[in-house]
Amino acid sequence: MQAKGTPDMLQDKDRIFTNLYGFQDFGLKGAQSRGNWDGTKALIEKGRDWIIDEMKASGMRGRGGAGFPTGLKWSFMPKESDGRPSYLVVNADEGEPGTCKDREIMRNDPHTLVEGCLLASFAMNAHAAYIYIRGEFYHEASNLQRAIDEAYDAGLIGKNACGSGWDFDLYLHLGAGAYICGEETALIESIEGKKGQPRLKPPFPANAGLYGCPTTVNNVESIAAVPTILRRGGSWFSSFGRENNHGTKLFAISGHVEKPCTVEEAMSIPLKELIEKHCGGVRGGWDNLLAVIPGGSSVPLMPKDVCDDVLMDFDGLREVGSGLGTAAVIVMDKSTDIVYAIARLSEFYKHESCGQCTPCREGTGWMMRMMARMVRGEATLDEIDLLWDVTKQVEGHTICALGDAAAWPIQGLIRHFRPEMERRIKEYRARIAA
Amino acid sequence: MPKLTVDGIEVEVEAGATVLQACEEAGKEIPRFCYHERLSIAGNCRMCLVEMERAPKPVASCAMPAADGMVIKTDSDLVKKARNGVMEFLLINHPLDCPICDQGGECDLQDQAMAYGFDSSRYAEKKRAVKDKELGPIVKTIMTRCIHCTRCVRFSEEVAGVGTMGAVYRGEDTEVGPYIEASINSELSGNLVDLCPVGALTSKPYAFTARPWELKKTDSVDVMDAVGSNIRIDARTGEVLRVLPRTNEDINEEWISDKTRYAIDGLKRQRLDRPYVRKDGKLQPASWDEAFAAIKAKVSGLDGKKIAALAGDTVDCESMTALKDLMGKLGSANLDCRQDGSKIGGPRASYIFNSTIAGIDEADACLIVGANVRAEAPIINSRLRKRWRSTAGDFKVGIIGEKWDPTYKNDYLGAGPDTLQEILDGKNDFAKVLKAAEKPMIIVGMGALNREDGDAVLAATRAIADKYGMVAGEWNGFNVLHTAASRVGGLDLGFVPGEGGLATNDILDGAAKGDIEVVYLLGADEVDMSKLEKAFVIYQGAMGDAGAQAADVILPGAAYTEKNGTYVNTEGRAQQGWRAIFPVGDAREDWAIVRALSGALDLTLPYNNIDAVRERMVELSPTFASLNVPTKAEWTDFGKAGDMKSDGFTSPVRNFYMTDPISRASVTMAKCTEAFVKDAAAEKVA
Amino acid sequence: MSHLRRPAPKELQPTSFAFTPENQEKAKKIIAKYPEGRQQSAVMPLLDLAQRQTEGNWVPTVAMDYIADMLEMPAIRVYEVATFYTMYNLAPVGKNFIQVCTTTPCWLRGSADVVDTCKKELGIGVGETTEDGQFTMIEVECLGACVNAPMMQINDDYYEDLTAESTKAILDALKKGEKPKTGPQSGRKGCEPIDGPKVLKAFCGCGAAPQDADASEGDA
Repeated sequence: MQAKGTPDMLQDKDRIFTNLYGFQDFGLKGAQSRGNWDGTKALIEKGRDWIIDEMKASGMRGRGGAGFPTGLKWSFMPKESDGRPSYLVVNADEGEPGTCKDREIMRNDPHTLVEGCLLASFAMNAHAAYIYIRGEFYHEASNLQRAIDEAYDAGLIGKNACGSGWDFDLYLHLGAGAYICGEETALIESIEGKKGQPRLKPPFPANAGLYGCPTTVNNVESIAAVPTILRRGGSWFSSFGRENNHGTKLFAISGHVEKPCTVEEAMSIPLKELIEKHCGGVRGGWDNLLAVIPGGSSVPLMPKDVCDDVLMDFDGLREVGSGLGTAAVIVMDKSTDIVYAIARLSEFYKHESCGQCTPCREGTGWMMRMMARMVRGEATLDEIDLLWDVTKQVEGHTICALGDAAAWPIQGLIRHFRPEMERRIKEYRARIAA
Repeated sequence: MPKLTVDGIEVEVEAGATVLQACEEAGKEIPRFCYHERLSIAGNCRMCLVEMERAPKPVASCAMPAADGMVIKTDSDLVKKARNGVMEFLLINHPLDCPICDQGGECDLQDQAMAYGFDSSRYAEKKRAVKDKELGPIVKTIMTRCIHCTRCVRFSEEVAGVGTMGAVYRGEDTEVGPYIEASINSELSGNLVDLCPVGALTSKPYAFTARPWELKKTDSVDVMDAVGSNIRIDARTGEVLRVLPRTNEDINEEWISDKTRYAIDGLKRQRLDRPYVRKDGKLQPASWDEAFAAIKAKVSGLDGKKIAALAGDTVDCESMTALKDLMGKLGSANLDCRQDGSKIGGPRASYIFNSTIAGIDEADACLIVGANVRAEAPIINSRLRKRWRSTAGDFKVGIIGEKWDPTYKNDYLGAGPDTLQEILDGKNDFAKVLKAAEKPMIIVGMGALNREDGDAVLAATRAIADKYGMVAGEWNGFNVLHTAASRVGGLDLGFVPGEGGLATNDILDGAAKGDIEVVYLLGADEVDMSKLEKAFVIYQGAMGDAGAQAADVILPGAAYTEKNGTYVNTEGRAQQGWRAIFPVGDAREDWAIVRALSGALDLTLPYNNIDAVRERMVELSPTFASLNVPTKAEWTDFGKAGDMKSDGFTSPVRNFYMTDPISRASVTMAKCTEAFVKDAAAEKVA
Repeated sequence: MSHLRRPAPKELQPTSFAFTPENQEKAKKIIAKYPEGRQQSAVMPLLDLAQRQTEGNWVPTVAMDYIADMLEMPAIRVYEVATFYTMYNLAPVGKNFIQVCTTTPCWLRGSADVVDTCKKELGIGVGETTEDGQFTMIEVECLGACVNAPMMQINDDYYEDLTAESTKAILDALKKGEKPKTGPQSGRKGCEPIDGPKVLKAFCGCGAAPQDADASEGDA
C-alpha cells in the first residue's frame, strides 16, 4: 500500500469501475460477477446514519466539479418528511469540455450507478430518483435503461428493493442539448419541463429542489462509487489521496498525449505521472508540453512549469491557481495556438450561456468577440486589460457559476500567456502599418 | 422580525422581507430593472447587487431573504464596481437611440445610467439587432432595446394570465416575445408598457406623441367601468394625450385596463362642442340661451308627471344631484339611473361589492353569477386571479352564466337560475365548496339582475349568501358587480323613481305612448331611442352618440377628463377626479349646465359652486361624507323571492372594448375589437 | 445562429400533428414517470418523440402546440423549451444529420480536418443540407467523448478517433446506404489507450485474473 501523499499506481483490486473499458458484459450478470449488488440488502439494513457516516468517513468530495463533501451534503436532507417526498437527482449531463468519464460508467458499468442510486436514496429518505443524462448520450442512456429494467425485474429496485422493505423507483430523464443543465438547479428546472435556467439560491435544493421538495443532486461518479465504498468501508476509500482529497478518481486525459484515455487512479497522483504512465506521455515528450487544463474547460490553464510537479487533487490544483474540476485533463503541446484554444472555449461558453442574467448573457458574447480578435492580434495592447476587466465584471456577479467558468480560462490565458497575446497584437499592427 | 444593518443603519423588517426591502427601509435606494414588487422575483438583471458581510461575492438584494444579523453595504466600492459592470453590460447591446425613443425621459435605463454608467463605451464589437414583434394594436415593440428583465413575461403569465410572452432561444440570442406572431390577447396588455423599464415595449397609440416633461399631470378616476381605477391624466396644451394608472392598493393596485388607458382617443371624435336645437326636424347649432329657451318653451306649465330623466353610465354624481333637484322642482318623480332596467336599488348592501375588491385577497371560494368579470371589470378579474395564484390553486371559483375564460381554474356550473337554485338547495357539488369555505363570496353581475326576474334572482343570491355563511362577523361576501361608473353613486343619491314615479322601462313605454312628453337624457345613450320618437328629448353629454341623435335639444357637457367630479365605484367607494383640461368648445361642466338651466326655468337651484353641490350630496347620502373609503352597509332583507325564468344569464358586455359612447368612438378600441373580439368581423358585416 | 435554431418558414410547417398510436402509448408511459400534476416534466421527451416521428427530424410548431395541449401547459412554455435546447431542430434536416464537435479537445486533435472533409465530400458548408436531402452538417459543442477526439455524431451514433480518411470512409458508406461501424475508428474499443488497456487487463480479456492484478501493471 502506497504512503499517503506519494501515490503509486493504483492497483486493480482497488479500482471501483472495473469494466470501465467495456470489455465485459455491462448487464446484470456481468455486474454481479464483478461484485455489484452483493449484499446490498445488508448495507441498507445497517441504516441511514451508518451510510451517511461511512460516506463522511470516506472523505469523498463530489466528483462533478465543485468538490463538496458528499456525506455532508446528504446530511443536509431532512431526516423526517414534512409531507413532501425527498428526491435524489443524479447529474449525468456530462458536458464540460474534456470530460467523458461518466459516459464510461453509464455505458459499461451502469449497475454501479443503479445500485448507488438505491443506497444513496435510502440514505436520504428518497423513494424516487431521477438520472438526468444528456440527450446526445443515446446509447449510454439505452444501456443505463437496460440496467434499470434488469434491476426492476430482479427485484433489486422497485417495491421492496433487494428485499430490504424499502420502495425505490428510478427514472431516466434525457436532456436535449444544454451544457447549463449540468448546473444543479438548471437541471432541476429541466426535469420540471422548463428551460434550463439556474435558480436563485437560497432556497437550496436540500430545502426546495425538484417539484419544491428536498432534493440532493449528485454526480454519476459520486453515486456509482457509493456501493463499493460502503462494501469496503469509508476508511478504505480515504486511504487513497492526501488529507482532504481522498479516494480514487476517474481521470480523462485528452488532447496532445500519445494515447488519450480515461483511467481510474488514486487522488493526488502527480499530473506528470498520470500522463506518462497512462497516456504514453505528451506528444513529442514532456518538454514539448505547453500547457494543461487540468479539470475541464472551466478551470484556468497551467503552463508547463506548473505541470512539472503539481498533484492532481482539489487542494494541489487550487494552490496553483487552477482546479480539479471534473479531472478532465486537456493537454496542449507546443504546436498549440493557445489563444485559439481558449478563444474556442469562449465560444463554447457564449453558446451555452442560458441568457438569464445580464453579466453572463452580455459578457460571454463580448469576451468571445474580443478573444476572436486576440487570436488574430486584431486589438490594442490596452484591450488585454479591458478583456481582463470584462472577465472580472462577469466573475462573481452571475446567478450560477457559468459566468465564472467563462471568465477563468481567459484569466488563465492572460496570466500565463500575455506575452504571446502582445506579440500577436504587435505583429498585426506592424502588418497593417506596412 | 429580522434585524439587520444597512450601511451602519439598523433596521427591522417583516419576516419574509428581502434584503432589497430592508435597504429601502433604511432609506437606501437600490437600482433595479427586473425586480417588481408585484411580480415574482427573477433576480436576473443583477443591478441590485449589494455587499453582504461573510458572503464571498456580492448578492442580488432582490432575491436574498433578509436574515437576523446581516450586515449589508450598499455604497461600498465593491458594490459600485459591480453595478457599473452590470450597467456596462446592459448598455453594450442597447441601441443609442434615446433621441427617437418614446421611453426617453422616463426610462429606468437612462436614469440609472446617469448614476452607474461610463461616459463613453468601451465596447468595440458589433451590436446586436433583434427583430421587432407584432403584438397587436396596443403594444409597440423595438426589441433591440430589450434588456431581458422578463417583467413582461412574468406579468403576462402571472397577472394577465395569458401565455403570449416568453423568452425564447437562449444566451445572447434570447428574444423576449412570442415564438410565433401573436397579439397579446389581454384586457391588461397596456400595463406591459408601464412595466417595461426601457423602450422595448412602448405605447402604440401614443407613439411619438410627447415627452414626459411636456405633460401636465392630473389625478383622476376612470369611468370606463365601475371599478373606479385610479388614473393620472397626462395632457398638453388642452389635449389629453395619455392615461396612466395611479397606485391604489385597495382598487387597481397599479394596473389599469386597456379601455381605461386607451379609449381616450374617442374623446377627440364625435364631440358635442356647442348647443343644438332641432328646427324643422333638423338639429341646428344654437346658443346656450336659445337652447334653454327651447326647453323652457316645452316644459313651462307642463305637469311634472309628463317629465322624466335618465342618467347614463359615466356621469358624475354632481350632475346627477343637480338634475335630481331640478326634477324635484319640476314636480317629477320619474327619474332613474339604471338605463339597463336592472332590479337593484334596495338597501345599500344589496347593490354594492360588500367585501371590497381588496377583500378578494381573503376569500377562499367565489361563486360568480351572471357576470363575465374579465370583460366587465378586468381589474377585479385580475384580483381574483391573484387570489387563485396566491393560494396555489386552492381558491375555488364557480361560474353560473355564459362560458368565459377567466384565466384561472374554475368550475363551470351552469347557465342560469336553475343552477342557482341547485346551489341554494345544496344539490350542486359547488355547494360543498361554499360550505367548506371560511370566507366564501358571491359576485352577482348585471347579467343576472337586469332581467324581469331580477328581483327573484337577487333574492336567491341573498339566500345563498345567508345559507353558506357569506355574511358573518366582519366579513360580507355578498358582492354586486356593476358595469357603470355612475351606478352606485346614482343609487346612493336616490336618482331613482320617487313616490309614484316611473322607472326606466316605464318611462320609455310612457314616452312611446305619449304619456311622457319630455325626457332628459343625462349622458344616457344605452336605451331604446326608438321609444322616444314622440317625446321632446333633451340630451346633455359630451359625445354625439345615440342620445344626441334622438335629441331635440343638445346641451354640450364635459367629458370626465374635463371636469371635477365624484364617482362611487362598485364597492361604494366615493372618489374624486380632477379636471385635466377644459371642456371643448362651448361645452360646460355638467352640474353647472343644470344649474344654469334651472335659472333659465326660474327654478334656480340653491348652489353656485361645486362645493355647495357636494354639501348637498352629503345631505343626500353619507357615502359622500367620507371620500376614498367604502362604508360598510348594513345586512338587511332585500330582493323579492319569486319564480325565476330558466333562460341563462347573459353578460351586458358583449365587447369589452366598446361599452359606452367614448370607447365606441375610439379608433384604438375599434382596432382592438377587430384584433381580439371573435365575432367582430361577423358583426361588421351584420 | 444556425437556421435550424429558427422556426422553419410557413410553407414548410405542416398544418396538423398528432402522435401515432404507438407514440401515444409511449407518451403515456413517459408522462407516468413523473408525479401527478407534474406532467409538464414530460415536455422534453415528448418533443424528442415528435421530432423522431416527423419526416426531416424536426419539431414543427403544430407539434409544439399539440404537446402543449397534451400536457396542459401554455404553448409559449413549450416554445421556450424547444428553442432553448439545441437538440430540437426547428427546421428539417437531412437524413444523416452530422454534428461535428469542434470544441477545444476535439480541435486539438484535428476536428478541423473532419469538418473540412465533410465540406469537401458533401459539397456543403456548415449548417447546410445536400441537395438530395441526405446530409446536413453542423458544428456542435462538446459531445463528451473527448478522449476519443475528434468525433462526430450522426443521428444517434458517435463516430470517434476520426481522421480525414476515416471521416471520408464513413461518409462514403452512408452515401451507399450502408451502416458504418460506430464508435472509435482507430481500432480501440472505448476509452482505453490505443494500444490496449494498461490497467484492468484481467477485466479486458487480455491479462491475468483479478486477484493477480498487480502483475499486470509491471509495464507502466
